[in-house]
Amino acid sequence: MAYSDKVLDHYQNPRNVGSLDKDDPNVGTGVVGAPECGDVMKLQIKVDDSGKIVDAKFKTYGCGSAIASSSLATEWLKGTSVDAAAQIKNTQIVEELSLPPVKIHCSVLAEDAIKAAIDDWKKKQGATKAAEAKG
Amino acid sequence: MKLPVYLDYSATTPCDPRVVQRMLPFFSDTFGNAASRSHAFGWTAEAAVEEARAQVARLIGAHPKEILWTSGSTEANNLAIKGVAAMYRQKGNHLITAITEHKAVLDPMKWLETQGFEVTWLPVDRQGHVDLAQLEAAITDKTILVSLMAANNEIGTLHPIADIGAICKRKGTLFHTDATQAAGKIPLDVEAQHVDLLSLSAHKMYGPKGVGCLYVRRKNPRVRLTAQMDGGGHERGMRSGTLNVTGIVGMGEAARICSEEMATEIPRIRALRERLEQRILRALPDAVRNGDPEARLPHLANVSFPYVEGESLIMGVKELAVSSGSACTSASLEPSYVLKGLGLGDELAHSSIRFSLGRFTTEQEVDFAADRVIHEVKRLREMSPLWEMVQEGVDLSKVKWTVH
Repeated sequence: MAYSDKVLDHYQNPRNVGSLDKDDPNVGTGVVGAPECGDVMKLQIKVDDSGKIVDAKFKTYGCGSAIASSSLATEWLKGTSVDAAAQIKNTQIVEELSLPPVKIHCSVLAEDAIKAAIDDWKKKQGATKAAEAKG
Repeated sequence: MKLPVYLDYSATTPCDPRVVQRMLPFFSDTFGNAASRSHAFGWTAEAAVEEARAQVARLIGAHPKEILWTSGSTEANNLAIKGVAAMYRQKGNHLITAITEHKAVLDPMKWLETQGFEVTWLPVDRQGHVDLAQLEAAITDKTILVSLMAANNEIGTLHPIADIGAICKRKGTLFHTDATQAAGKIPLDVEAQHVDLLSLSAHKMYGPKGVGCLYVRRKNPRVRLTAQMDGGGHERGMRSGTLNVTGIVGMGEAARICSEEMATEIPRIRALRERLEQRILRALPDAVRNGDPEARLPHLANVSFPYVEGESLIMGVKELAVSSGSACTSASLEPSYVLKGLGLGDELAHSSIRFSLGRFTTEQEVDFAADRVIHEVKRLREMSPLWEMVQEGVDLSKVKWTVH
């Protein structure tokens, strides 16, 4: 299969590979996919008090397009707000990376990973606030 | 060293230059139709075809008259299975095969099921072997054919052909073996191994594409087939169609070279395969070797790399021409049915690579391939959430995944 130059670039030089402390209350972690489906993405965001994403990291088990989709997602996430991040659509990833139809699921997975990371962060924030209110 | 390094000899082989030389005159100088009986053009072509028949027969211990030319193994398998089914229908309607056979055996069998035949699909163990007791028990007085490959194309596991042949002979059923991958790699002898029908392909043994043959036993018992293509009655009426003289000459020469050089060629290739495998397994202790470690093809290694996805690995080692166990160019991301048939988990089936070496593989190429694979697996592991979880002590089988 022929990959686009952008997919190849992300695959060969993935941005923001790594992990953030998943126990940090300001870090949201999303893990989506399953090994038997051939792809698992872990995407993490670190959010400051103003709701801005100050850091994003990923690790992906999957094909080149899955790696590129998550790498691109972390690039887009860094520096944006949580609210704007929640608006990222898989179709934007498809367009940016010129993914062929059989690889669209990789972009869907990346969108799911973003949403899962935001949800996790919100849940943690809720828990922290509840704890603060109680205290 | 020329890049990419070709390590996919089980998919196809280059023509040996000696094969090409032998074929060349038959394109436009001695171009006759082997069926032309009235002039020298035809006689020359016929003589060349008969010489090739003897060369191929010798490779498998057959009589030249038992070799029937086809367009390749797929046709040979179809002819053997459908031809026997149609001819012996009065005797019975039951056939036996295994789930790890090539599609060119599985699909004719499936077609027969739609035509009122019954097929027993034998399972295999973790190494790809059928249980011989189970095979024997499956044979009934309605069984007309057992089809089990000599060597598996994905994992290289060798079926004990002689034992299977003996069982079939004792139980009075015909035995077909697809020897496409085995020919020229391991000794084959249709007499000693009690084989009744055997399929071969030229392009897996340094011959040209588009030509193959089916061995059909002439006596003890005499095997009869219903032709699957009607026409001029070539090949004893079992396979009509003008013979591909050029291709047949090439296949003959390819078989001759294999017969004469196997004894020196195979130990060299086996040593290279061991070198490749040992290097990889030493550097990546988690890697899993698939198939029978002993009874397998000498030139093939199938290795799974846990926590790394196969397609991304293939993409990373683009200087190597190898096969992935996972056909994930399709939207379904279906891993190999052969690896799944062994009971491998999907994640291992997804991350396997088949390396197949051959006549022109060098030590330098093998070392380069091992280094590239090791480097890329390590790089992808650093990127893999599964690898990270395992390092943290997480049991992946207990994780609740979001299956999509």
